[in-house]
Amino acid sequence: MLLANGFAQAASTARQSETAPELHLKATGVERRFARDGGELHALGPVELALRRGEFFSIIGPSGCGKSSLLDVLAGLAAPSAGGVIFEDEPVKAGATPDGIGMVFQEDASFPWLSVADNVGFGLRRQGVPAREVSERVTRALGITGLGDFASAYPAQLSGGMRQRVCIARTLVTRPRLILLDEPFGALDAQTRLIMGEQLLQLWRETGATVLLVTHALDEAAMLSDRIGVMSARPGRILDVIATGWPRERDSGVAASKRFGDITAQLWGRLRAESLKALGV
Amino acid sequence: MQTLLDRIAIVLAALLVWQGVHWLSPFALASPGATAVKIVALLQSPAFWPHAAETGRAFVYALAIAVSAGLAAGLVIGSSRTASEVMDPVLASIYGVPKVTLYPLILLVFGLGLPAKVAFGALHSFFPIALFTINGVRKLPPVYRRAASVMRLSRAQTLATIVLPAALPEIVSGLRIGVSLTLLGVLIGEMFASQRGLGFLIMTAVGVHDTQTMMAVTAMLAAVAVAMNIILLRLDSSLHRRG
Amino acid sequence: MPMRASLLRHAIVLGALAAVELGCRAGLISAQLLPAPSAIAMALYGLLASGALAADIATTSRNIALASVIAVTGGIALGVAIHAVPRLRRALDPFLASYYAVPFFVFYPVFIVLFGMGDAPIVAMGALFGIVAMIIAALNGLDRVPHALLKTARLYRMGPLATALRITLPSAAPHLMTGVKLAITYCFIAVIAAEFILSSSGLGYSIAYAFNNFETLRMYAIVLLILAVSITLNGVLRAIEQAALRRRGL
Repeated sequence: MLLANGFAQAASTARQSETAPELHLKATGVERRFARDGGELHALGPVELALRRGEFFSIIGPSGCGKSSLLDVLAGLAAPSAGGVIFEDEPVKAGATPDGIGMVFQEDASFPWLSVADNVGFGLRRQGVPAREVSERVTRALGITGLGDFASAYPAQLSGGMRQRVCIARTLVTRPRLILLDEPFGALDAQTRLIMGEQLLQLWRETGATVLLVTHALDEAAMLSDRIGVMSARPGRILDVIATGWPRERDSGVAASKRFGDITAQLWGRLRAESLKALGV
Repeated sequence: MQTLLDRIAIVLAALLVWQGVHWLSPFALASPGATAVKIVALLQSPAFWPHAAETGRAFVYALAIAVSAGLAAGLVIGSSRTASEVMDPVLASIYGVPKVTLYPLILLVFGLGLPAKVAFGALHSFFPIALFTINGVRKLPPVYRRAASVMRLSRAQTLATIVLPAALPEIVSGLRIGVSLTLLGVLIGEMFASQRGLGFLIMTAVGVHDTQTMMAVTAMLAAVAVAMNIILLRLDSSLHRRG
Repeated sequence: MPMRASLLRHAIVLGALAAVELGCRAGLISAQLLPAPSAIAMALYGLLASGALAADIATTSRNIALASVIAVTGGIALGVAIHAVPRLRRALDPFLASYYAVPFFVFYPVFIVLFGMGDAPIVAMGALFGIVAMIIAALNGLDRVPHALLKTARLYRMGPLATALRITLPSAAPHLMTGVKLAITYCFIAVIAAEFILSSSGLGYSIAYAFNNFETLRMYAIVLLILAVSITLNGVLRAIEQAALRRRGL
C-alpha cells in the first residue's frame, strides 16, 4: 500500500508533465540472498525501482538494509538471486557493467601510484582513447571538479574530500549517462559533505546525467534530490518514494525553506521505525 | 648531523674491535689495514676478476629465474583466495627449511658447476619473493577490483594496471630479501661445490691460512651486499610512503 | 573455508608424494638420484630405532637450543636497551636494516679461525643469525605500545620496572612472539648450515658426510628428519604466534 503510494505520486507527476519522462533504469523484483552456515540470509528485496532519465534520485535507509548491495546489482557487479535490471532497454548482466554507467564508491578508490591527472585519465586510456583526447577530457574534468591546480599531485598529498573528487572526476570523464554513488561522502566531515553535495549538484546539471545517490544522511538526500526512496530494514525494500519538487537550479540554500523541514520530517517519520528495527531495539 | 657522526663512531668502534681481535690472535684474523691493502691488491690482480665474474654471472642468472618465477607464482596464487590459503603455508614451510639440506639433491641433479650454483641461488630467493608477492596481491583493497569492474577492465588489464602497481611496495620488500638470499645461495654453493668464484676463493684462502685474502674477499662481498640493500631500501621506503 | 583449504593442501602434498613414489618405483627416477619416499622413510625409521643418529641429534639439538636461548634473551635485552636510547637507535637503524643483507655464511671461516672447530662457532653463528631478527621484532613491539597505556601507567604512578613488566612487555608480547618465531627459525637454519659446511658432528655434518661417501639413502633419511622437524617446529611456532596475534585482534 505504501509502495503504491510512492508510485501513485510518481505517476501523478508523470501525468502532470507534458511528455512522459523517459525511463532510464528499471529494477524489478531484485533480491539478494546469501548462503550462511545453517541456512540463508535474505539480505535485500524484493526491490522495485524506476529511475527517470536525468533525475537526481537518492536512496536512504538504515544500516545493513542492503543499499550498497542493490547498487552492486544495478551496476552489474553482482547477480541478483531473483529479479532483474533493465538499463536503457537492455537487461543488465552480472559481471558486465553496461557502457554508460559510472560508479563512485564509499572507500577511496584513487590509485596512490598515479598522479591526479593520470588517475582521472585511467579509464579512458584503458579504452584506447587517443592521448590528445584523453588530455583534453581530463583537463576539462579537473576543471569541473576544481582539481585543476592539483593535476600533478598524488593522492597521498590530498585530503579525503579531494580524493573523492578525483574518483568523481575519473567517473565523469568517461561521460556516463547514469552515475551511481555509494555513500561517497560517508567518510567526510559535515562541512566538507555540504560543499561536495553542492558540487555534485553542479556536475549533475552540467552533465545532464541521471544520478542515483545512496546515503544514510537524511538532510543530504532531502537537499540534493528530485525524488527520495526510503528503504526498509533488512531485507531492504523500497517502502516509499517522496518527491521534493526542488527546481533544477538548487543549492544547499533549500535547507532554509519550510518544505525542507516537511520533507525531512516525512523521511524521518518513515525511517525511524526502520532504523530502530535495524538496531535491534 | 649528530646521527651521522654517531654512525661513523659505530663504524670506527667496530674497526677498533676488529683491530683488537687481530692483536689478540694475529694468525686468526688479518688487521683492518692489511685487509684494505689486500683489497686494493686483489682489485688490481688479473687472477681475481674471473672469479668475481663467475659469481656475478651466477648471481644474475639465479636472480632472474627467482624473480620471474616468484612474481609469476605470487601473482597467480595471490589472485585466488583458495589458492592463497592452500599454498601460503606450503611456501612458508619450505621457506623455513634449512636449504642446505636440499643441496645434495641439487648437486645430484645438476652436478658441480654453474647450473648448481644458479639453482642454489634461485632456490633461496624464490620463496620470499613469491610469499611477499602473494601478500601484496591479497592486501589489495577490494574497492580497486570493484572500480576495475565498473570501468570494464579485462582480467589481464586489471592485473597489469592495478594489481601489480598496487602490490609493488610489498613486492619490492620481497625483492630486497630475495637479492640478499640469492647472493648467499650462490656463495655457499661456491664455498663447497665449485672450483671458481668468490666463495671458492674464500675457501682456498682458508685452506692455506691466507687470512688476508679471506677477509678481503669477505669484506668486499659484504660491502656490495650492503650497497645493493641500501638502494633497494630507499626504493622500498619511497614506495611505502607513496601508498 | 579454512577446513577446505587445509584438506586441499594435504591432498596436493600427498598427491605429489605419491607421484614421486610412483616415479621411483617405475624407474623413471634413478635410485642414485632420489630413492623412493617409502624407502627413505623406512631407512630413517631404522636409523632412529637403532640409535645410530642419537649422538648427532643430541649435538644438533643442543646447538640449536643454546643458540636460540642466546638469540632470544640477548635480542630482547638489546632491543629494550636500544629502544630506551633513541639516539642509539637512530644511529643503529641502517646497520640493523642491512644486517641480513650480508651473506652471513661467508663469515663462517672467520669464526672457525677464531674459535677453532667444535660446537662454539656453530652456536655463535646460530645465535648471531637469529639475534637481530629478535632485536628488530622487539623494537617493533615496543614501538607499538599505545601511548594511552603508558600515560595510564604514569597516572597510576608506576615506576619504570613496574611499567615495563606490567604494561610494556604484555603489550608488546605478540610482536615479541613473532620475533621468537623468527629467531628460533633462523637459529635452526644457521646451525644446520654451519654443521653442513664445516663441522665434524651434528646432523648437518652427517648429511655432508653421507653425501661425500655416496650413502644416498642414509643422506636422504637424515634430510627427511630435518625437513620433518623443521616443518613441525615452524608450524607450532606459527600457530602460537597467530594465536597471540588473534587474541589481540591483530
